[in-house]
Amino acid sequence: MPGFGLALGFTVLYMSLLVLIPLGAVVAWAASLGPTRLLAILTQTQTLNALKISFGISLAAAAVNAVFGLLLAWVLTRYDFPGRRLVDATVDLPFALPTAVAGIALAAIYAPNGWVGSLLPFKVAYTPLGIFVAMTFIGLPFVVRTVQPVLADVDRELEEASATLGAGRLTTVFRVVFPTLVPALLTGFALAFARAVGEYGSIIFIAGNIPNVSEIAPLLIITKLEGFDYAGATAIATIMLAMSFVILLVVNLIEAWSRRRLGHAR
Amino acid sequence: MDLKIRDVRKEYGSFPALNGVSLDIRSGELVALLGPSGSGKTTLLRAIAGLEIPDSGRILFGDEDALAKPVQERNVGFVFQHYALFRHMKVFDNIAFGLRVRGRARRPAEADIRRKVLELLELVQLQGLENRYPAQLSGGQRQRVALARALAIEPQVLLLDEPFGALDAQVRKELRRWLREIHNETGHTTVFVTHDQEEALELADRVAILHKGDLQQVGTPDAIYDQPATPFVYAFIGDSSSLPIEVRGGQAALDGKALPLGRVDAPDGPARLHVRPQDVTFVAPGEGVALGRVATLRRLGAFRRADVDVGVRRSRIEVRLPPEAVFAEGEEVGLAFERFAVFPAEGAPGAARAA
Repeated sequence: MPGFGLALGFTVLYMSLLVLIPLGAVVAWAASLGPTRLLAILTQTQTLNALKISFGISLAAAAVNAVFGLLLAWVLTRYDFPGRRLVDATVDLPFALPTAVAGIALAAIYAPNGWVGSLLPFKVAYTPLGIFVAMTFIGLPFVVRTVQPVLADVDRELEEASATLGAGRLTTVFRVVFPTLVPALLTGFALAFARAVGEYGSIIFIAGNIPNVSEIAPLLIITKLEGFDYAGATAIATIMLAMSFVILLVVNLIEAWSRRRLGHAR
Repeated sequence: MDLKIRDVRKEYGSFPALNGVSLDIRSGELVALLGPSGSGKTTLLRAIAGLEIPDSGRILFGDEDALAKPVQERNVGFVFQHYALFRHMKVFDNIAFGLRVRGRARRPAEADIRRKVLELLELVQLQGLENRYPAQLSGGQRQRVALARALAIEPQVLLLDEPFGALDAQVRKELRRWLREIHNETGHTTVFVTHDQEEALELADRVAILHKGDLQQVGTPDAIYDQPATPFVYAFIGDSSSLPIEVRGGQAALDGKALPLGRVDAPDGPARLHVRPQDVTFVAPGEGVALGRVATLRRLGAFRRADVDVGVRRSRIEVRLPPEAVFAEGEEVGLAFERFAVFPAEGAPGAARAA
């Protein structure tokens, strides 16, 4: 393959400088702590709860984004209505907004005396639910933007074939259209999840940050850093890295499997 | 199932796709809709299926008004040019799809579905491939699966939209013969769309020719080839050339000189004389119908082809000659026409009447 050596060399160098070396340093530092200390830090109640909150709510937010992102992508590709372009552009706003701005805005609106918060019978801001709202907000564009182009490319003849065979509209959508979107949907889900796990800025304004209740793992890392507990911060960072990697790997494997089934690649 | 199409019209914006087409298709018949792109043939096929709603007109399956039913209830088998197979389903599930999506009351038991699918796989000669995905099949195999899928619902009519259009020439020819065999075996009323006249003439019991949304002629392949009803059909089917002539009182004239053609059946005014290459013979100059000069002479396999300039406007007439014919380029020859047709020139009064 011409150019393979050069392309691979560049890829390895680029990935090393940007991703592998910084992350490797984190892992190396954590390893220097020794297994006993590492385990001691990781099994602290506060650490375990923070990890549970971060990963659990991220998964929930990504799942909700998968459902409603798909719906949004469907509306944006299948219907033409006045203001469609405007809605389309709005989808990207969570990408562009400084996360602190988003967090403050969400906190203000969902606070017990805010526009939305005052209408709800339960508390959103300063509870785990607030974390969920912020994570859903920042993850929204990922599913929409990964599903949209695939949905636009779905061959209309597939739906027509399904109709001539007697399938009603709902059957066609669920048994013919959606299965072809699965790989893109999984990619969007993985991206939304990854973003939610790593999110810090918008969440801390709305979470309330009560240890063991609404304290996310990235905040715990910052707290430890501010208390000069570098070992603790590194240990939590390493375990987050490992868990994220495993989850993303699994999602990617499922995606590759479903893509192969669709005959995209051999 | 008889199929009656009555004065069907369809416009896209202001572009008329179908200008009131009427066509009767008998039960068990294999009919080709033939025409160049933009002729409305696919629109007509899709209207029969219910994938397109005509602006006006009627479509009857037997005595039943098909337009009153949505596509799902028309029970038509539709085969698409690009197969439209469900890629995430195995061949088996593709073929079983139409049976499995039926309501509980009409859905066959899974064992019956299985029997039916295996039976169809045998009919389309794909035994043993039921566990493949469409991506693992060749183009010809995919189209066979598409046909089996369409046949699984026991359709009232089978509709095929350029079914061989995406296949290469060899597979195309083979599948064409095979489709005819399947039709003889199953006897479905079948309508297929094609732009390939060879395919239409070889495969169909009757051919319907469309041009710019108008039905030009319906007939057996023999009738279409030997008695073209309109100038378009004459030019579209097979090879032909034409001469601009003038008709006055049933008498044809070229450049003001009367042509010894006998009485021609065309109204007064400008007209065109159409003739096929194999119906022209060379005679001595001064004899025959017209005088011409051989412009080019080429050997084409089993015969020779000559292009002859005729008249002051140097209209080119194509002539098919036996290979042993001895003529030279530039030579003056007489042309005799064994068979020909005269139609009023396009845009002339009377042109609409003949069309």
